[in-house]
Amino acid sequence: MEVLLNDFSPGLFVVQTILLLGLILLLVKFAWKPILNSLNERESGILDALASAEKARADIQNLQADNEKMLQVARTEREAMLKEAREIKDKMISDSKELAKVEGDKMLKQAQAAIESEKKAAVADIKNQVAELSVAIAEKVIKEELSSNEKQLKLVDSMLSDIKLN
Amino acid sequence: MTNFAQNFKQQNFEKEIMKKVSKTLKTVALLFILCFSLQGFASSDKDQNPAVDTKEEVDAYILHHIKDAHDFHLFSYTASNGERNHIGFPLPVIVWTNNGLATFMSSAFHHDDEGEVVVERNGSRLVKLHSKIYELEAGASKVELDEANHATNAHKVLDFSITKSVMGILFVGLFMLIVFSALARQYTNKKVPTGFGRVLEPLVIYVRDEIALPNIGEKKYRKFTGYLLTVFFFIWILNLLGLTPFGFNVTGQLAVTAALAIFTLVIYTVSGNKDYWMHMLWMPGVPVLIRPVLAIIELAGAFIIKPFSLLVRLFANISAGHIVVMSLIAIMFTLKKSLGVVGATGLSLVLAFFITLIEVLVAFLQAYIFTMLSALFIGMAVAEHDHDHAHDVKGHDVPDAEDVRGDFI
Repeated sequence: MEVLLNDFSPGLFVVQTILLLGLILLLVKFAWKPILNSLNERESGILDALASAEKARADIQNLQADNEKMLQVARTEREAMLKEAREIKDKMISDSKELAKVEGDKMLKQAQAAIESEKKAAVADIKNQVAELSVAIAEKVIKEELSSNEKQLKLVDSMLSDIKLN
Repeated sequence: MTNFAQNFKQQNFEKEIMKKVSKTLKTVALLFILCFSLQGFASSDKDQNPAVDTKEEVDAYILHHIKDAHDFHLFSYTASNGERNHIGFPLPVIVWTNNGLATFMSSAFHHDDEGEVVVERNGSRLVKLHSKIYELEAGASKVELDEANHATNAHKVLDFSITKSVMGILFVGLFMLIVFSALARQYTNKKVPTGFGRVLEPLVIYVRDEIALPNIGEKKYRKFTGYLLTVFFFIWILNLLGLTPFGFNVTGQLAVTAALAIFTLVIYTVSGNKDYWMHMLWMPGVPVLIRPVLAIIELAGAFIIKPFSLLVRLFANISAGHIVVMSLIAIMFTLKKSLGVVGATGLSLVLAFFITLIEVLVAFLQAYIFTMLSALFIGMAVAEHDHDHAHDVKGHDVPDAEDVRGDFI
């Protein structure tokens, strides 16, 4: 202990204190403050960059999900539209078929009616013509029958013979 | 045309060579001057500090080395004509005597360390005895020693000399200022430092993240990091410097470690908060009668034990390291008789090599421990014990990081 105390140099202690104080002040001003500040700045910069990268990734993921969703929607929409179109097509086809059938039936009926009426008219015409022809024939026959007095008398006689006096 | 180009090239080449030659010449001249000045200092002293051979001489040499020195001594050799020459350079001596300030170069003592050479300055007679400068009492012309080798007719003077340790401190301080301000400047125009700064930056981050932050806490570490960084690098570089053959033993000087410890003491005493003083002077949660006793123990702990442990640990470790390395090197002489020249030298080399490796580790470790404990003491002084605790549903305190750290401390 005595040796240690003897070795202790107060002068060196004072010099060391002054030099260390100066060194601390100078280093703090010219080295540690700027170094630590820029380290902190850099670290916060790195953290910010990481956070923004994370955010960008999340954004991209969101975007991708949105795209996927939109794509899905578009796909279902397209399918729906296609389905609808197909249905419309089928409906149109069936509708027009129906319509054509109805129309055809109608036309057929009309045609049948027309044919029927034509037939009736023709039959009536034929009847008329037959009647006229028969009348004309009868006229001619009668004219023939009654062309001479003899014949007229003969007819009267025959008729009279037919008529039996009851 | 080609001729001209060749000529031109050759001229350039010659110029380059001239430049190099002149540079080399300059260096050689500088070395020459330096050697001459060393030699000049050296050749004036003879027959002081003889060659170190015996065990007693080795012990004396080691103890001498452990102390601070007023000369910068590099090595000694015995010339062919039997003269003992010392190579090194003198350092300025600045002492405060009874008659005021006295300054002179240490070469005035002619390597004397036994108080035989008396230097007269400003009417004071000064001698150097065991690395200390003494002023002789009025009328005395020669220092007289008692049995315990203490001077009876002289007293120590206040010695502000630029001793070897002060030179080491100045050197390291300058080095730190240059390299760390260079690192700081690098950040002005780039984000990531290059070159030597790339080595320094992780060390700075290490001190901040492993020493300052965990011990002082997130909120207040920033204010003390400058001090901790300075102390860490100061001690570490000086410890490493002590392992070089220049033989600095700055961190093995009690005055230096005491100054460092007192800096820490002042910092944690000044920045201690209310809780710290409360826990020290009037410990809550213990019977009132015990409180004064605890206060005495706490006060002794804070003002004596803590700084003392800091200063003695660093001083003892580094001094012991120097003593062990030098003792192992001295095996070369002391065991020469029993092991032979080759055996003693081999053993000494192997042991000294391994101890030096360990000392490199110790150099870092002691810097780390000193800084860590400083941070811990500061952390204890600024820790917030009675802050608002978070409570869980049942009303129990939920321990947060600050509490756990408090418990740990």
